[in-house]
Amino acid sequence: MPEAIALSRRTLLKASVLSGGGLALSAAIPMVARAAAVTGEAQGTLNAFVTIAADNTITIVGKNPEIGQGIKTMLPMLIADEMDADWDQVKIVQGDTDAAKYGPQLAGGSFATPMNWMPMRQVGAGARQMLLAAASRRWGIDSAKLTTKLGKVIDPASGRSLTYGELANDAAGVAVPDLAKVPLKNPKDFHIIGRAIGGIDSPKIVRGEPIFGVDTQLPGMVYAAFERSPVFGAKLVSANLDVVKAQPGVIDAFIVKGNGNAEELVDGVAVIARNWWIADQARQKLEIKWDNGQWASHSSKGYDAAARKLMADAKPQETLASHGDVDAAFASAAKVLDAEYSYPFLAHVPMEPMNCTALCHADGSMEMWAPSQTPQGGQTGVAKMLGLTPDKVKVHITRMGGGFGRRLTNDYMHQVAAIAKQMPGKPVQMIFSREDDVRGDFYRPAGWHRLRAALDDKGKLIGYDDHFITFEIPGPGAYNPAAMSKDEFPAKFVPNLRYAQTKMQTAVPMGALRAPTSNAMAFVMQSFLDEVAQAAGKDLPTLLLEIVDGAEKEPDSMGFMGPSPGFNPARLRAVTRKALEMSGWGKTMPAGHALGFGYYFSHMGYFAEVVEASLEGGRINVHNVWAAGDVGSQIINPHGALNQVQGSIIDGIGQALALAIEIEGGAVKQSNFHDYPIPRMPVTPKIEVEFVKSDNSPTGLGEPALPPVIPALTNALFALTGKRIRSLPIDVKQLA
Amino acid sequence: MAVKVKINGEVREIDAPEDMPLLWALRQELGMVGTKFGCGKALCGACTVHVDGVATRSCSTPIGSIGESEVTTVEALGQTDLGRALQEAWLEEDVMQCGYCQAGQLMSATALLLRNPEPSARQIDAAMSGNICRCACYTRIKSAITQVAESGVAKKGKANA
Repeated sequence: MPEAIALSRRTLLKASVLSGGGLALSAAIPMVARAAAVTGEAQGTLNAFVTIAADNTITIVGKNPEIGQGIKTMLPMLIADEMDADWDQVKIVQGDTDAAKYGPQLAGGSFATPMNWMPMRQVGAGARQMLLAAASRRWGIDSAKLTTKLGKVIDPASGRSLTYGELANDAAGVAVPDLAKVPLKNPKDFHIIGRAIGGIDSPKIVRGEPIFGVDTQLPGMVYAAFERSPVFGAKLVSANLDVVKAQPGVIDAFIVKGNGNAEELVDGVAVIARNWWIADQARQKLEIKWDNGQWASHSSKGYDAAARKLMADAKPQETLASHGDVDAAFASAAKVLDAEYSYPFLAHVPMEPMNCTALCHADGSMEMWAPSQTPQGGQTGVAKMLGLTPDKVKVHITRMGGGFGRRLTNDYMHQVAAIAKQMPGKPVQMIFSREDDVRGDFYRPAGWHRLRAALDDKGKLIGYDDHFITFEIPGPGAYNPAAMSKDEFPAKFVPNLRYAQTKMQTAVPMGALRAPTSNAMAFVMQSFLDEVAQAAGKDLPTLLLEIVDGAEKEPDSMGFMGPSPGFNPARLRAVTRKALEMSGWGKTMPAGHALGFGYYFSHMGYFAEVVEASLEGGRINVHNVWAAGDVGSQIINPHGALNQVQGSIIDGIGQALALAIEIEGGAVKQSNFHDYPIPRMPVTPKIEVEFVKSDNSPTGLGEPALPPVIPALTNALFALTGKRIRSLPIDVKQLA
Repeated sequence: MAVKVKINGEVREIDAPEDMPLLWALRQELGMVGTKFGCGKALCGACTVHVDGVATRSCSTPIGSIGESEVTTVEALGQTDLGRALQEAWLEEDVMQCGYCQAGQLMSATALLLRNPEPSARQIDAAMSGNICRCACYTRIKSAITQVAESGVAKKGKANA
């Protein structure tokens, strides 16, 4: 029974330290070997990711959730390249949620590239070794004398060859090699990695084929609309269920009680119908009595007033970083700058509204079709809520119409599971309206910074002080997704520096928005450093290069998802110089146009960006953006990479120009795209992107291009008007 | 009482209230899920279909209001030379990130080129500004439309019509 032996085999992958001393992420991929490579079957399953059919079709599992970042195409590219597969023969299937089989399955933090660069290549290289071994047995030749090319094993001595399809069955019976030791390609031999390859699902998308979570259709499926309190933190007292149940077409309506954790389940009323629109119409007849508790008095205006008072008068609650003697530096300063910066709550609004489909089986187990960025977290969360073991919650991963961090929080998975549990045997699809989405998000928290800088008589930055005002949510499960790091730039490069913070209490749910922390911090810090530069009579790039002058690369550390490469000033210098060169920084601009610069290091990527802006009849125009980025030694899929950078830049510009979520009466004031105006085509500038290659393992691109474009824009507006934007979104009236 | 609507050349009977938006009839009464729900208020364009060749937001079009008019959805886009050319250009440019809005983008682009086979950059901006792409693939959408316009497919279609 070789199959039985193979089934029990677990090979753990550990990415070793990579060349260049850069990144050493390890992602343990349990290599459950073949599922059922029965002799005589027309295909061979080589490992959890690779199955080869007799017709040479290579089916590769894409394990991570696809939110538009291109991962369903990109991870299989890594496997296919090391296998020496012919990409035209590759078919990609989405893996279900299965941590034991696939390891981590996560779309977030730009983590997928650094976490999987080595393991996925090793999976492919391991499969190649098995195919070589099978050919070696067939021909009776040492496998070291054989080679592979485009889906074939070749015997160079005789010129004969066997296709992978011809070898698949035999290869499935070969022992899985130690993946940590399989030889990997020299990057110069990559034939798929580095090629601009179109999205694997794109042909289906242009034909309108079902592929997204909300496209899930099951026999007998019903639809749920879920009404929650507009005021965050409220509790349901009573609801007129009878009136709603009497509406035409309504199958049922019932109260769902929350579990006290907004990231899982809040109180609400589920309305069920055979068509979501019917359920949503009936929902308009709901009259619910809510107990708002203390939260209905909360507002953005109130938070702003409180934060300004704290920044003006109060001592910070806690110190985050303290270097040198800040008070002495300010006492001796020739010049002191003092400014308050702020930014609003933001929503994610992915195009596909939150939705999830669930079926409660007769044995109480749950089967789900979940558009989730963290399906493994959703699986364990739902299991815990229902009192099940995780294996009793089967989670199919669907393609998602965007994520941006919204789908890191699986509230909608918990909600639909709680609803489906009350309707055993009936598949239920719950869909948020856009209003539910805008008003029921986990928001990028608003924040305030009082910044002070001390310059000596030569204009050198000798002191830096930030009092950050942020939020905390009382109760379980809450965290601050926009927390400030003690190492926030320029923390380690100014001799006398203090970062401190004070938290205000809120019930507004908070979540990670694309480039969390960084999307706000870049605006604040790069704008204020631009102020410092102006005060010292130089420009921001010059100041940045001076600040890191002579600094060495910092050692690697343990990050959230494994070892994280230390900050490397050489990479800052390289992208800064490249962006200046691309934009012609310092050139004479057309009348009424100006350039602004912004730099930021986040999610392991370094980006320097220059924006060209003008003001015309009270409207801000962004004409050009030049972006230079360093995300390591290799751009895996140039198509996807460029799209991510362009999208991030427009996303950032859109936030800066127009986006804010305001709290009034404890609830969100905005409701849909008319008052939360996501950028549209006419906003689009010309964007030029260059990647600066460095001797570092490749890292992700979902996020790092976004943060610097915001200060690059506001710094351009300063250059244009002499008016400093210290609050987002930009109030164009302040520029007059 | 069933409502009759001609969709992609076929008369379909929909057993739903007359005020049900076409979007929800397509998706959940007829199982045609290519047309997407984005906002429900004709603000984002994800649900765009053609009604007699004109780009129309199906989320705000009651099925009872369509009458004899002909509805075309993304599922039938590839049946015309122009629709097929746009689909191909979308793939050629690798336009999409998440792809959710792209059915609506394609339907708006087709309607634009049907009435104006040679749009200027500004006209493309104007015609497409009702369609939000949250991933902001606008550069490539515009480039794909321009490419098809320059190929003359739309002009040829118009001459034949």
